[in-house]
Amino acid sequence: MAKRIDVSHLNVYYSNFLAVEDVTLAVEPKAVTAFIGPSGCGKSTVLRTLNRMHEVTPGARIEGKIMLDHEDIYGADIDPVNVRSTIGMVFQKPNPFPTMSIYGNVVAGIKLKKRTKRSELDDVVEASLRGANLWEEVKDRLDRPGSVLSGGQQQRLCIARAIAIQPQVLLMDEPCSALDPISTLAIEELIHELKQRYTIVIVTHNMQQAARVSDTTAFFNIAGTGKPGKLIEMNTTANIFSSPTEKATEDYISGRFG
Amino acid sequence: MTTLINPEAPVGAPLGKSSRPRDALFAGISRGSGIVVLIVMGAIGVFLLWKALPALSANTASFLTTSPWFPDDAQPKFGIAALAFGTLLSSVIAMVIAVPVGIGVALYTAHYAPRRFAPTLGYIVDLLAAVPSIIFGLWGLQILMPNSIGLWRWLDDHFGFIPLFSNEQNIYTRSIALAAVVLAIMILPTVSAISREVFAQVPPGHIEAALALGATRWETMRTAVFPFARPGMVSAAMLGLGRALGETIAVALILSATFKINWQVTEPGGNTFAANIALKWNEAGTIGLGALIASGLVLYVITFAVNMAARLVVERRRDFSGAN
Repeated sequence: MAKRIDVSHLNVYYSNFLAVEDVTLAVEPKAVTAFIGPSGCGKSTVLRTLNRMHEVTPGARIEGKIMLDHEDIYGADIDPVNVRSTIGMVFQKPNPFPTMSIYGNVVAGIKLKKRTKRSELDDVVEASLRGANLWEEVKDRLDRPGSVLSGGQQQRLCIARAIAIQPQVLLMDEPCSALDPISTLAIEELIHELKQRYTIVIVTHNMQQAARVSDTTAFFNIAGTGKPGKLIEMNTTANIFSSPTEKATEDYISGRFG
Repeated sequence: MTTLINPEAPVGAPLGKSSRPRDALFAGISRGSGIVVLIVMGAIGVFLLWKALPALSANTASFLTTSPWFPDDAQPKFGIAALAFGTLLSSVIAMVIAVPVGIGVALYTAHYAPRRFAPTLGYIVDLLAAVPSIIFGLWGLQILMPNSIGLWRWLDDHFGFIPLFSNEQNIYTRSIALAAVVLAIMILPTVSAISREVFAQVPPGHIEAALALGATRWETMRTAVFPFARPGMVSAAMLGLGRALGETIAVALILSATFKINWQVTEPGGNTFAANIALKWNEAGTIGLGALIASGLVLYVITFAVNMAARLVVERRRDFSGAN
C-alpha cells in the first residue's frame, strides 16, 4: 500500500525561471517526511512535482528523475492522470467541491475510475471518513454540502476524499496553515495514524509541527530573490532539530530567520 | 429620510447619534435605483394592459386559443395561438443549437485554447454580439436561405418520418427553421460570453482538487467546472432565450408570415410576436393596434415567466452553489 519515492537531480522551471535546483532526496514508505524552509524556497514546488501537479501551470516543466518504487513517474509512457490517482494530495486551503454533498465529495475520485455499486460506495465512504477521523461528526448529515463543515472538518473531508481512492502516497501542502490550533491537533493526530498505511510528505511552515509529526525532515533554502531554491539538508527529524550540520539549518530552526 | 448634513451636530457627538452623510447618500441612491426599476417594470405592464383592454373586449374569438389575425374586421377576430407557437418554437430550436455550441466555445476559450490565442477568440465571439440584427436578417435571407435548401431537403429525405422535418410543400425557404438558425447565431455570443465568464471564475482550488484525484481534463470539467458554473450557464441560456423571444427585424425579414400552427418547421410560414408587431403596426386600425399591444403583453409575460423559471432552477440547489 505504501511506496517510496526517489528524487534525483531535480530542476524545476516556471517557463525559463529556474525555481528549484538540483534536489536529490528519498522519501521512505510508511513514514512522514516534512519539507520545511522559508517562503519561496521551493518546498511546495518540489511537492507538486511528486504527483505531476506542477506541470498543470502553463510553462512549468522539470528536469531530472522521480522514481516511485521502480517506476519513473515522468517516463514517456506514463499518464499523469494515473500518477495523480496513485499519489494523493491535500491542499493548503480546504477545497471540498462546493456543489457536492459530503458523501459525494468522498466518492468523487472513485466515481472517476469505475462504476461502483451503491453498497460498496457506502462502505468506502464510512471507511474513508473513519480513516480521516470525521465519521462520528458527519455520519448523520452525509447528504449536506461539504461547505457546511468547519475549516478543520473540511480539511479532514479532503483527506477522506484523498484516501478514498487508496493512494500509495499522500502529499500534504501546508494542510494546517488555514486552521485553528484544535483542528491542527486533530489533523496531526490523523497524520500519525495515516502513516501506518501511507507514505506521507508534508510541507509545513510550522517547525514545531514538523518536529511533532515527521520522521525525516528536509530543509530547503533560497539564497535570495530570483535565485533558485535548494535542498540544504535532510536527516532524521531528531537530528535536524538537535544537531543540524549546516549553519543555515541551525539559523532557521532556532528562529534567526525565516 | 433624515437630512444629509446636520449643521447642528456637535463636534464629538455622542456614540448613539452619528450622521454619516455619505452612507445615507449611497443608501438613498441604491434604494432609489431599485425602486425606479420596479416602477418602470410595473408601468410597462400597466401601459400594455390599458392599451390592450379595448381590443380584447372587442374580440369575438378566444384571444389565447385562436390563430387567425383579423382585428380590424367588422367582427374583430384574433388570437395569439400561432404567434406564441412560432415564437416559442423558433426560440427553442435556436436554444437547442446555440446553447451547446456557445458553452463549447466558452469552455474552449476558458480552459482549452492556447493562452496566446484564447483572448483573441473570445474577443471575436464578443464582436458577433455587436452586429446589428438587420445585418443578420439580410445575411439569413440572401446567403443562408439559398445555401441551406440542400440541408433542409436532406433532412426531409432522410428524417422525414419525424414530423418536424417533413416537408409536404417541397419549398424549403422562409421557414421557422431558417429563422431559428439565424436566431441561434445571434444569441450565440450572449450565451458564450456569459458562460466564459463563469467558467473563468471557477476557483483554481476546485480544479486542482479534481486533477489531484486523477481526473482527466474532461472529468475535471464535469467534476469541478460544470457544477460550479451551472447557475451561470442557466442565466446565459435564459438571456439568450430572452433575446431570441424578442428578436424582431431578422425574423420579420425571413419568415413569410402566416397565422398557422405548423410543426413542419422547414416549410415556409410561421410568425412571432415581435415580427408580427413590426409587420402589422403601420397598417393596423384602432382595434388592430390594441390587438398588437395585447400580443406584446403576452410576450412580456412569457419572458417574465421564463426568467422566473430560470431563477427557480438556480435557487433549488442554493446550498450546493459554492456561494457559501
